[in-house]
Amino acid sequence: MLRVENLHSGYGRIQALHGVDIEVAAGEIVALIGANGAGKTTLLMTICGNPRATAGRVLLDDQDVTRLPMHRIARLGLAHCPEGRRIFPRMSVLENLRMGAVVADPAHFADDLERVLELFPRLKERLDQRGGTLSGGEQQMLAIGRALMSRPRALLLDEPSLGLAPLVVRHIFDLIARINREQNVTVFLVEQNAYHALKLAHRGHVMVNGRVTLSGTGAELLANPEIRAHYLEGGVAQ
Amino acid sequence: MEYFLQQLINGLTLGAIYGLIAIGYTMVYGIIGMINFAHGEIYMLGAFISLIAYLAATTIGGGGVAVGLMVALLATMLFTALWGWAVERVAYRPLRGAPRLAPLISAIGMSIVLQNFAQLSQGARVKPLPPVFRGGFTLLEGETFSVHLSYLQIVIVALTVTLMAVFTFVIARTALGRAQRATEQDMKMAALLGVDVDKTISTTFVMGAALAAVAGFMVTLYYGVIDFYIGFLAGIKAFTAAVLGGIGSLPGAMLGGLLIGLIEAFWSGYFSIEYKDVAAFSILVLVLLFRPTGLLGRPEVEKI
Repeated sequence: MLRVENLHSGYGRIQALHGVDIEVAAGEIVALIGANGAGKTTLLMTICGNPRATAGRVLLDDQDVTRLPMHRIARLGLAHCPEGRRIFPRMSVLENLRMGAVVADPAHFADDLERVLELFPRLKERLDQRGGTLSGGEQQMLAIGRALMSRPRALLLDEPSLGLAPLVVRHIFDLIARINREQNVTVFLVEQNAYHALKLAHRGHVMVNGRVTLSGTGAELLANPEIRAHYLEGGVAQ
Repeated sequence: MEYFLQQLINGLTLGAIYGLIAIGYTMVYGIIGMINFAHGEIYMLGAFISLIAYLAATTIGGGGVAVGLMVALLATMLFTALWGWAVERVAYRPLRGAPRLAPLISAIGMSIVLQNFAQLSQGARVKPLPPVFRGGFTLLEGETFSVHLSYLQIVIVALTVTLMAVFTFVIARTALGRAQRATEQDMKMAALLGVDVDKTISTTFVMGAALAAVAGFMVTLYYGVIDFYIGFLAGIKAFTAAVLGGIGSLPGAMLGGLLIGLIEAFWSGYFSIEYKDVAAFSILVLVLLFRPTGLLGRPEVEKI
């Protein structure tokens, strides 16, 4: 459903991606793990059109979206839950969710809202509260909920565990599995928390310095001694 | 007492006009963090367009005063909004993502271009419009001075209040307003969610220009004389009003406009009319010194 071919991208003269190939099939959860600065966030943002790819292609259902404006890409059923969550701080929780539904048919707003609030009951208690006053975990829930309001077919998640307490991390990952299973949303997940990500994912890739260096099923990668040494030692205990 | 009341009425009328222009500054600043220094010129163009449209509607079109005014108001809003749109498209959109100073300089350039355009195309002389809107109420009959409230003053304030209410509703409650606020708070995120950011910014310029157009229309009727230079001072005053109220805040712009109008009216009424601009700008200096975020501006504190 989502395919990235030989993607190059970067910021100004600094190149962050040096030819990345990744494919995510419909219904899958694919994880991309890697250290800080490996280019994971750049990859997700390049898929969404900012920064622009300098070479290579992004295909969504075989449609080339590499040169489409950002808002047009969002309309093709790709929702992005970006790094740092990017909640609108001076909008209420409800308004944030409404923003998630910008590309959706207003006729099913009520249904979608109910579905998201059922998934994240905490948000229901805080509908009128300003986004900026939520706790980190609540903001993450709101960010995912907002992304789901567009009825996406594919969801891009950038470090959903960042800065959250271990218990909250577990909860968020359970919910991601549920969203994938029950709502049939394809998930492409970027994480530093390799253990949780690989356990959840059907397949995984490892990124180092803007290149994919290793690929396999989640279980294979979890068992790989190199990965254990680089990304998991100390992380397994979580 | 009568004199005070009269200055109050005059000040409120003037303040309503400043407030309408100030909204354009504050909305544009809110959404792209830039002071649109060409906004005063948009207001000036609005005044010219309203004069032309009114004369065209009443002489060529043969309509009466009421029809002429309605046609002029709508035509002014439409054409001035087009100017606002064009200015953004030509002078600011290509500079999006450039350092903050670039669009500011571009705005000053645009202001000079528009001023010269008006001067060349309409001539440098003052353009009069004979009063079309006479009459009013005498509120208080004093021995030496009576308080007069003209119909036009009532229309100006009523129109301003109506437009304010409509705009506040649009910003607070509609999908367009949400898109504008989202773009203001996080442009990239808004685009990720499918908001056409360029279109939203254009719409903001169009809305601000339409309000400036109404202000230009009302000034043409109120003072009866306009020239190509009126945009400069009115623009700076309205900008002062926006800063005084707290730039980025819609109610702040209105409040700031009213205060500047009142200060000016009282200052010229009680002290000296020559120094009324000094009074208004002294306020700007004081606000910037002691309350940089303005009266209703919010301090930049957010929980991360």
